[in-house]
Amino acid sequence: MTRLHSFHGGIHPLTHKKESTQSPIISAPLPAQLIVPFRQHAGDAAKPVVQVGERVLKGQLIGEPVGMISSSIHAPTSGTITAIELQQIAHPSALPDLCATLVPDGLDEWGVRQPLNYRQLSSDELQKHLRRCGIVGLGGAAFPSDMKLSHPVVVDTLVINGAECEPYITCDDMLMRERAEGIVRGIEILRHALGTDSVLIGIEDNKPQAIAAMQRAVDDSSHPFKVVTVPTLYPGGSAKHLIKVLTGVEVPSGKLPTDVGVQCFNVATAYAAHRAVEHGEPLVSRVVTVTGNVEQPRNYEALIGTPFSDLVALSVAKPDTNRYIMGGPMMGVELPAVNVPLVKASNCVIAASDALFPPPPAPMPCIRCTRCAQVCPVELQPQDLFWFAQSHNFGKAQEFDLFDCIECGACAYVCPSSIPLVQYYRYAKSEIRARDLEKRAADLARERHEFRQFRIEREKQEKAERLAQKERAAAEAKAAAATVIATPVDPTADADDTQQMRIDAALARAKEQAAAATPKNTEALTPEQRAEIEAIEARRAHIHELAADAGADDEPPKHSQGN
Amino acid sequence: MITALWIMIALAALLGMILGYASIRFRVEGNPLAEKIDAVLPQTQCGQCGYPGCKPYAEAIAKGEADINLCPPGGEEGIHKLAELLGVEFKPFGENAQPKPKAVAFIDEQTCIGCTLCIQACPVDAISGAAKQMHTIIAAECTGCELCVPPCPVDCISMVPIEEQLTNWKWRYPVFKLRQTS
Repeated sequence: MTRLHSFHGGIHPLTHKKESTQSPIISAPLPAQLIVPFRQHAGDAAKPVVQVGERVLKGQLIGEPVGMISSSIHAPTSGTITAIELQQIAHPSALPDLCATLVPDGLDEWGVRQPLNYRQLSSDELQKHLRRCGIVGLGGAAFPSDMKLSHPVVVDTLVINGAECEPYITCDDMLMRERAEGIVRGIEILRHALGTDSVLIGIEDNKPQAIAAMQRAVDDSSHPFKVVTVPTLYPGGSAKHLIKVLTGVEVPSGKLPTDVGVQCFNVATAYAAHRAVEHGEPLVSRVVTVTGNVEQPRNYEALIGTPFSDLVALSVAKPDTNRYIMGGPMMGVELPAVNVPLVKASNCVIAASDALFPPPPAPMPCIRCTRCAQVCPVELQPQDLFWFAQSHNFGKAQEFDLFDCIECGACAYVCPSSIPLVQYYRYAKSEIRARDLEKRAADLARERHEFRQFRIEREKQEKAERLAQKERAAAEAKAAAATVIATPVDPTADADDTQQMRIDAALARAKEQAAAATPKNTEALTPEQRAEIEAIEARRAHIHELAADAGADDEPPKHSQGN
Repeated sequence: MITALWIMIALAALLGMILGYASIRFRVEGNPLAEKIDAVLPQTQCGQCGYPGCKPYAEAIAKGEADINLCPPGGEEGIHKLAELLGVEFKPFGENAQPKPKAVAFIDEQTCIGCTLCIQACPVDAISGAAKQMHTIIAAECTGCELCVPPCPVDCISMVPIEEQLTNWKWRYPVFKLRQTS
C-alpha cells in the first residue's frame, strides 16, 4: 500500500458525477459538417496542408506542426474540405481562429494506418510518431505529449492522472470503466518512452468502478503498475497536486514535474497514445461528457470538430438552458456560441441555466477573512493577490507568486463576499504577460536602433578613410610627376593645390574621353563628299556676301504700326 | 589635545584617500539615471518628443531639460512610471501629444517604386528592400513610429492598427453591473 500525502487546502464541492455515468459511452453520429480548428493545442497553430475542395480520408493530415511546441491536425472523417477560414471557436474571447470546414461523405473511410511495435522504437521515434498523430494532453491543457516525453533529466516516476476532480466531468471515469485495457497499454508505451520504472495511477475514491476496472486491467497485463486510490478533494486532479499526494514530492515554484523526476499524463492521453501507436490512428475523436441541464446526461465518443450544438441536441437540452460551459463549473469557460466545435481539450460541456447555476450575488468588499488562503491549494495569499490585481499593482502581484496560481477557483468558491477572484487573477496574468512582451519588443527595438546608429557611424568613418586614401594616392602621384619633370615640389603644397590638380586632371580626362568617344563626322570623307561640302561652303559664302551688301545699302525693313 | 587633533587629521586623510580611491575604482560609466529612464521608454524611436530617439529624450529628462509627458507611445502608464522613477507629480499629455492605438506600417507593394527613402528613415531597420526593388515592412520589428510615412514620394505606406487576435487577447478587468435597489 502506497503511503499517501496531502496538499494544503482544497474544497469539497458537490460532484454531480452520478448523472452522466448511468449509461455507457456511445458514439455520436456523424454531424452534417465538422469544423476543425488549426489551434487545438498549447503552442503554435498548425499550418494547413490541404486545399479547399480536396477530398480527404479519415486520419489524413490536414495541418502540420509549426515550431517546437505544436502538434498535427487530422481529418476526423472522410469527406471534402469546403472552406479554410476564420470561424468562431471555443474561446472566452469569442474571437475567430483559422478552421477547416469538412463536409463528411458518410463513408468514414480511413487513410493509411500504420500500427507500430513500440518495443522496437526508441523514445525519439515514439515522440515523432505521437507528434505526427497529433497526441496532446487530453486533461484540458492540450500540451503536446511529445514535448512531455522529451526531457533532459532522468524521470523515475510516471504518474497517470485519473483523478478527475472537477464536478460534473466523467469522461475519464467512463473511459477507465470501459477501456481500461487500452489505457494500460498506452501507459506502458509512455513508460517505455520515458524509461521509468515506477508507475502510479491515481484515481479519486469517488470512482470505485473505474478503480476496479483499472486494477483488473493492470493485473491482466502483468505490468508492475500501481493503482492508487486517492481521497476526493478538489483540485486533487491538478498534475502538481496529484504528484504531491502520490509521491510526497512538491514541484517547486516555476519548475516542471520533470525537474523533480516525475512526469504526469492523463488517462485519456494514455489511451490516445495506445490508439496512435498500436493502431496507427491519429487523434480524431475523444470522449466528452454532456451534462447539466439536459434530459440525458451521458458521455459521447465524438469526432473532433463536431459542433457542440449537435452533442447538446443528442442529450436534449432543457428549455430553460441559457448558456453552455466548456470544461467543469470551477475552471470551465463559457462558450461564445453553442455551435462552436469540439476540440481536443474539450472534456465536458455543461448546459447551464439560472436554476442550476444561480447567478452570483453582486460582489461585496473583501473583508480579509482569509478563508481563500485556507483553501488555496498552492498556499498563496489570494486576498493579497486580489488586492494587487484590483489596483493594477502587477509587480507586487508577481512578488506574491501570482503565476503559481492554477486558477482552480477554490478561493472564489468559499469567498463570503462572492468576489470573482479568478477573474482578477486572469486579468492580472494576461496584463503581465502582455507587458513582458512589450518590454521584450522595446529591448529589441533599442538594440536594433543602437546597432543602426553604430552602423551609420561606421559607414561614415569608412567613407572618410576611403577619401583620405585617395587623396594620399593623388598626392603621391603628384609627387612622382614632379620628380619626373625635375621641378622642385613645394613642400607646403596644401589641400587647395591637390584639389586644383584633381580638377585639372578630371577636365583633361573628360576632354580625352570626349575626343576618343565621338569622332567628328567631317573626318574620313570621300573626295566626292569633300567636293560637295566645298561647293556648299562656297554657296554659303556667296549668300553671306550678298546679305552683307544688301545690309550696307539700306536699313532692314521695319514693322510699321500702320501695316 | 594635540594628540586628539592629530588623530582626527590622520583619520580624515585616511578616509579621504579611501573615498577618493573608491570613486575612481568603482566609477559608473554613463548616466545611470538616463539609462533607467531609457528602460522605461517604449523605444519606438519616433521622435515625437522632439528629441532624435528615446535615449536623447531620456538624457534630456535626466538633465531636467525635458518634461515627462512628451512620449505618446508610452501612454499614460509611461508617464506614471517616469513620475514614479523621478519622484515627481504625474502630468497629463499636452494638446498635441495624444497617444494613438498601436499600429505597424504597411507598404502597398503595388505602388512602391523602390526609392529606399523609407529604409533610410526607419530607426530600427525594420524595412527590407533595395534600390528599384520592392520594399516590405518586417512587421515583428516595426515599432509604429511613422517616420517612414512622410518621406515616401508615392504615399504607399499606411499605418495599420494592430487588431485584437487570439494571440494577443487579454482577459478584461472584471466589471459588474450594479443592481438597482429602489
